Amino acid sequence: MNLLLSSFSSLTNKVLMALAGLFLVTFLGVHLGINLLLLNNDGGRAFTAAASFMGTNSIIKVFEIVLFAGFLLHIILGMMVSGQNKAARPSTYVVSNHSATAPFSKYMFHTGIIVFLFLLLHFFDFYFIKIGLVAPPDGIASHDFYSRTLLLFSTPWYSLLYIVCFVALGIHLNHAIQSAFQTLGLNHSKYMDAVKVIGSVYSLLITVGFSIVPLFILFYRH
Amino acid sequence: MNFTLKIWRQKNAVAKGEMVTYAVSEISPDSSFFEMLDALNQQLITSGGDPVAFDHDCREGICGTCSLYINGRPHGPLKGVTTCQLHMRSFKDGDTIHIEPWRAKAFPIIRDLIVDRSALDKIIQAGGYVSVHTGGVPDANTIPVPHEKAESAMDAAACIGCGACVAACSNAAAMLFVGAKVSHLALLPQGKVEAAKRVQKMVACMDELGFGNCSNTYACEAECPKGISVVNIARMNRQFLAANLLSEREKVVNISL
Ligand code: FES
Repeated sequence: MNLLLSSFSSLTNKVLMALAGLFLVTFLGVHLGINLLLLNNDGGRAFTAAASFMGTNSIIKVFEIVLFAGFLLHIILGMMVSGQNKAARPSTYVVSNHSATAPFSKYMFHTGIIVFLFLLLHFFDFYFIKIGLVAPPDGIASHDFYSRTLLLFSTPWYSLLYIVCFVALGIHLNHAIQSAFQTLGLNHSKYMDAVKVIGSVYSLLITVGFSIVPLFILFYRH
Repeated sequence: MNFTLKIWRQKNAVAKGEMVTYAVSEISPDSSFFEMLDALNQQLITSGGDPVAFDHDCREGICGTCSLYINGRPHGPLKGVTTCQLHMRSFKDGDTIHIEPWRAKAFPIIRDLIVDRSALDKIIQAGGYVSVHTGGVPDANTIPVPHEKAESAMDAAACIGCGACVAACSNAAAMLFVGAKVSHLALLPQGKVEAAKRVQKMVACMDELGFGNCSNTYACEAECPKGISVVNIARMNRQFLAANLLSEREKVVNISL
């Protein structure tokens, strides 16, 4: 796959990366919607129903594969492009660059790595348990995401780590969304400012929305 | 004014370079940056030293030859000017000024502060032209060009090819340069015919020369002495996509002799 991707033009790779990224961005919105059901005071009924729908519906199953492919493509391309970028300046400046840049745009690789590590953790915490690769903790059924979530978020350090990761994701998305539009050639004086504002608001919503859940469980449920 | 200069000295393309410290004194605030360097070189020559090699030509901001990376910024602290248009009044008395060459794999250092920017010429050779002779000045309005298109084309054509965009970019990408060159031709009727092929060829050449990929930090736009906008990069992306998705297979004409 790497060989195939490196034979493409740099612009083709960037377009693929942007499309995969935008797909992941929409998925995050759906995921957030389900997570917010945890705020419902119904003993997790709505959340469990949504989670089991996501786990059993056959159309969603197909999308799951697309989603994994999207993650994989975005991550592999990200690594590859970053490697090429490093190689493009073999001897670095003595005085590091002071040029004005778009906010957070220089930290896409760093924030990306944090999100990637979080993704691995997330797989161990939920997905691998669900598919039976990892044994669930005592007294929790492998598909009982609700109890699993409560257990994880009742540990303060875990909640803190979770929130830190979502701050990193928010920073990543803040640049990523408008950057994807630019890469796809959709930069127009008529709507680019709107794209930037909407992208920033959306990334803020993602960070705040996902962070509310552990805070809520930590302070109200626990 | 007095300054401490820390300048990158490198004997030739293969030698190892290093920052060397010099002091200059009694510099007029109204002298240009290059006049200050001229003073330093005079000083070095008188004392039997080796003068600092740096690129310059027109010294009025139009040729794109000057290329110094000053205190972490291509062309120094002022916005919208080349190094040759920079004056010492933009610095404070007693400042330490770091001067380095542009750094990119595609811009190998020749000596001291001079780099080889012929990579940019190669990109132009790959497609930055109109193949047919477009003739003399036609009568007004024989070729309709909307005013906004003419303005945008002129804005893109303002690029002097200095390479500050590459120098500023954290990925040493040449996207702003190529975007500008693709745009100014594609926006005009004479350049439109070859637009699809041009963008493909120029991008392929850019990739081959080892420039980095764009991560849309827009440092290039911030440092461009001619204020070229990243809208030109988006236009290039758009045209590249369209060229790859929509262009028809070429008809092969067999020429038998
Ligand atoms: S010397 Fe010509 S632009 Fe600076």
